[in-house]
Amino acid sequence: MPMPTVTFEGKGYVRQENETVLDCLLRNGIDVSYSCKSGVCQSCLLQAVSGELPKNAQIGLRDTHLARQYFLSCSCLPNNDLEVCRPDAAGLRAPGVVRRIDLLNASVARLRVHCPEPPAYRAGQFFSLIRPDGLVRSYSAASLPSDDDFIEFHVALVPGGRMSEWVHRDLKRGDALDLQGPAGNCFYVPGNPGQPILLAGTGTGLAPLYGILRDALAKGHSGPIHLCHGSVNSGGLYLDAELRRMMEANPQFHYSPCVLNGNGDDGIPQANIDAYALSCTGPLKGWKVYLCGHPDIVRTLQRKAFLAGANLQSIYADAFVSSADS
Amino acid sequence: MSTLFEQLGGTGAVDAAVDVFYRRVLSDERIASFFDSVDMERQAAKQKAFLTMAFGGPNSYTGLDMRKAHAHLVKRGLGDVHFDAVLEHLGGSLRELGVAENLISQVITTAESTRSDVLDR
Ligand SMILES: Cc1cc2nc3c(=O)[nH]c(=O)nc-3n(C[C@H](O)[C@H](O)[C@H](O)COP(=O)(O)OP(=O)(O)OC[C@H]3O[C@@H](n4cnc5c(N)ncnc54)[C@H](O)[C@@H]3O)c2cc1C
Ligand code: HEM
Repeated sequence: MPMPTVTFEGKGYVRQENETVLDCLLRNGIDVSYSCKSGVCQSCLLQAVSGELPKNAQIGLRDTHLARQYFLSCSCLPNNDLEVCRPDAAGLRAPGVVRRIDLLNASVARLRVHCPEPPAYRAGQFFSLIRPDGLVRSYSAASLPSDDDFIEFHVALVPGGRMSEWVHRDLKRGDALDLQGPAGNCFYVPGNPGQPILLAGTGTGLAPLYGILRDALAKGHSGPIHLCHGSVNSGGLYLDAELRRMMEANPQFHYSPCVLNGNGDDGIPQANIDAYALSCTGPLKGWKVYLCGHPDIVRTLQRKAFLAGANLQSIYADAFVSSADS
Repeated sequence: MSTLFEQLGGTGAVDAAVDVFYRRVLSDERIASFFDSVDMERQAAKQKAFLTMAFGGPNSYTGLDMRKAHAHLVKRGLGDVHFDAVLEHLGGSLRELGVAENLISQVITTAESTRSDVLDR
């Protein structure tokens, strides 16, 4: 029987006897990052596009990785042919058309893009938006693929920001706008409907959190779901009314906004979100935690959530790093 | 005769210990700052690599790799105090998980053997 092949970026490579997928790619001059080569450090993570993965190639990976066929290439000795790609390279470019664009508040635009051939995604994952001149930025999906026939993004206006100013000023209904993706680990995975969930973030970090919330509710999540949205002032709590409605309709859902600048007159607590979120939930042992938005706040919350008892595997974070920072 | 790694429970033991260990490390202000700038998710995986090594498990790290991985930390002042603190948390985590003392001392000996590489001496 011939040895099975590994296909990468369109080319097939025949594996040698007892050769891992990682070693096979490295032997053929492909630059895959790796470190421990013993299935631990997760540097060599790849994604399977087609073919069956052996179980031990996925030991220790988080559920959102499993859901997307990620595997450890250093521990992968498949018995059959396998097509693989770099993490998150599987998303194809999908042509889209702006279905609707309007303002959720003074500085957040709601952008709905219709794709004739919609990419399979999960609420909370992010896409690259591709401007016709090639400028690319990531935005997270607030929509629910099962309910919405468009993909919804919440785009904050960044003063001087190339993409966000263009979205706010120039983009209009009917314009073509291509997407690439999806990518990212921030999404709901069914299977543990009673587990308490914390969703926390600032600004348009709410977009993926709102998507995850809707997804969890639609999939019958019955355990408590706490959503903590932080903003500079109450004008930034751009889904306040909608989230209060959802709280009334779903007894397991709690919405807890907080603002940095406020006097508490409107009933919205003045607090730092990293302290406030944890004061709403208490210890996080056994919780699932989703954190999105401003990178510094995401990192602080990540650490605090972990120290408050959440498992590393149960913390999902998307820091909205700007391409200028990285 | 099974190896130390097998006696401890293999990769399952690493998975069980990583959260306990890393939580201790991040809560210890003597050493937490060394972990400040690193992405937590990647760092968690590296903690697993660390534990696998200390447990005598399979890994392909060489002394040179250990020097390289910690060189930038040595420049920032990584020294014996910090190394000792990490060993302390390693022992403490395993005790918290109910591991037998004779196995713990073997783990500490394994980790101790990397001292000159980690501290680049
Ligand atoms: C995984 C991921 C998901 C994201 N999801 C969303 C989302 O759902 N909604 C959303 O609005 N954004 C999201 N972002 C951020 C988005 O990708 C862009 O970085 C942002 O819109 C700025 O792009 P720009 O081209 O307008 O600004 P640029 O032209 O890239 O930047 C212009 C200047 O503004 C600064 N800057 C950039 N961002 C900010 C900011 N937030 N506050 C202050 N200054 C800033 C830059 O440092 C630079 O100096 C996400 C980012 C990532 C990585
Ligand atoms: C006890 C002996 C030690 C061992 C066996 C050890 C082992 C390791 C291993 C295997 C890695 C991953 C390397 C890689 O794959 O890139 C690593 C990274 C790291 N170690 Fe250690 N380590 C030890 C001590 C320490 C100490 C004392 C500190 C600091 C207090 C420390 C801080 C770090 C940091 C911050 C990284 C991540 C570096 C980066 O990603 O930039 N280690 N260590």
